[in-house]
Amino acid sequence: MGRYVIRRLLQAIPVLLGSTFLIFAIVYALPGDPVAALGGEKRIDPILAAQLREKFHLNDPLIVQYGYYVRDIFTGDFGQTFRGVPVSTIFQGKFQVTFQLAMTALTIEAVIGLGLGLFAALRRGRWEDQGILAITLLLVSVPTLVSGFILQLVLGVKLKTEAGIDFFPVAGIGDGWRSYLVPGFVLAGTSIAYLTRLTRTSLMETLRADYIRTAVAKGMPRSRVLGRHALRNSLIPLVTYLGADLGQLMGGAVITEAIFNLPGIGQQLFSSVYLRENPVVVGIVTLLVLIYLLANLVVDLLYAVLDPRIRYE
Amino acid sequence: MSDLHTISEAPVASEPHGKPAKAAKNNSLWSDAWYDLRHNKVFVIGAVLALVLVVMAIFPGLFSPINAFDSGHCNLIDARKGITSEHWFGTDSQGCDTYAKVIYGTRVSILVGVLTSVATGLVGGALGLLAGYLGKWTDIILSRVAEVFFAIPSILGALLILSVVGRNNAGVWTVVMALSVLAWPMVLRIMRASVISTKNQDYITAARALGASPWRISTKHILPNAIAPVIVVCTMNLGVFIAAEAALSFLGVGIQSPGISWGLMISDGRNRFLMAPEPLLFPAIFLSITVLSFVMIGDAVRDALDPKLR
Repeated sequence: MGRYVIRRLLQAIPVLLGSTFLIFAIVYALPGDPVAALGGEKRIDPILAAQLREKFHLNDPLIVQYGYYVRDIFTGDFGQTFRGVPVSTIFQGKFQVTFQLAMTALTIEAVIGLGLGLFAALRRGRWEDQGILAITLLLVSVPTLVSGFILQLVLGVKLKTEAGIDFFPVAGIGDGWRSYLVPGFVLAGTSIAYLTRLTRTSLMETLRADYIRTAVAKGMPRSRVLGRHALRNSLIPLVTYLGADLGQLMGGAVITEAIFNLPGIGQQLFSSVYLRENPVVVGIVTLLVLIYLLANLVVDLLYAVLDPRIRYE
Repeated sequence: MSDLHTISEAPVASEPHGKPAKAAKNNSLWSDAWYDLRHNKVFVIGAVLALVLVVMAIFPGLFSPINAFDSGHCNLIDARKGITSEHWFGTDSQGCDTYAKVIYGTRVSILVGVLTSVATGLVGGALGLLAGYLGKWTDIILSRVAEVFFAIPSILGALLILSVVGRNNAGVWTVVMALSVLAWPMVLRIMRASVISTKNQDYITAARALGASPWRISTKHILPNAIAPVIVVCTMNLGVFIAAEAALSFLGVGIQSPGISWGLMISDGRNRFLMAPEPLLFPAIFLSITVLSFVMIGDAVRDALDPKLR
């Protein structure tokens, strides 16, 4: 087990290096001189400019700059912006916002997706099943951009002004966990549909298995057949999907954050691209790639928990 | 054979799965799939919708008497008038007709969706064929490179690429390029897996034993038998790319202002959305209908070509 984890971590290093180098190359290819951009309208003092270029290794070739960056990352230092603010300070708070948003979305996705999928599989072929399939079709078709604004109008404004219900805050993060409910649902939208379909097919397949028939035949309570025998055996593809989705949700959060005005890393990335804060941009993407790789590793390790036949050498 | 059993048992959304003599006569995968599609209500509805949208994209003049690119018709006095007999979808903040803009915005969405799907299909498909067929080092290198691209969140990556290459002059082609660069690995993975499972079939061994060249084996024998999952994923991705274009234009890095795109219209309409929802609502509805039509087509194509995924 330990050796497996170490091997997987080692395998993740080339991917991490490749992805960050790609982002690094793109970001440093951004047009314009970041040091000149610091001065705004005024021309920056040439001596200061030279000093800054030296400090941030801007005179070195790209690959050497990248080498310095990687060296710092491995010591846990994400560097500092050209204005001298440590990148980790900029991350503070912002990262939690996005993480909380993605986790809310993942929870909503898991609860609704598993629930609907389970229900559809049990009512297979009947109108409830057809109805749930139709709902998933709608969920897939309405992009975040559309569902975000519509829910903002309906839940945030109409519900408040016309029905007097003020339970769903739709802007900012001033209301604690409730602030994340609507944005989380919007972010989870398409994933809910995919998870529902996946749960439905996966469960339908398991329910046909002989051991389910045996369990029913020997008079085991229905809930136990479902929970212990069917669900647990259908869980592997679902957990795989959920794990891979965490990274997608964190990355896709940029649109949700823009609609609901959440101060997360998506918003930060957006402004950093325009302010030419290269270390922040690379840092954000590096973190997201790390989360993606870690989530995949955790999923792989969970396989052994879900199915004891799977062992790691 | 348990597969066959499950396929015949699986419920079909809209029609009983009885195949009359016609389908049994020429029963290649493609003719079967085409037969399935024509008799699938979901596909027919999706295809009709998509056809209307494609015609709208090519000849917007047929649907709207006003040319949305000619701002001469805009009158500030009419700004945010709401729905009137003259302006069916109301007017935006500049007094321009929302209906005309929505119709003229179709072109960008359809173009980006189709071109990106084709580009990722060609690149990912070709590289996937190479990786799967040649195996060994080619496979290792291509798969690692794909993994590197795969790990980058696609919307963020596209945002970065567009802010480099498309500053202030992003058009359809730059958006297509940015989306394709990040989406091809998905196609590569699927093609590779499909090629590897096809490669071990007996008829491939037979062809090799008969002395067929690798080029002939891969194009005549493997490609036709391995391409179905790629077609499925490319059709299903169409809607995803259309939504991604709207998102990027909404964020301000996609299509830029003299151009017309639903994402751009949504971004323009958002400030006064609560008072005048029409300029945001109608492009949003069209965007959803477009994505819906392609999702329906994609679902139907998957059911027809890849019954195991049903």
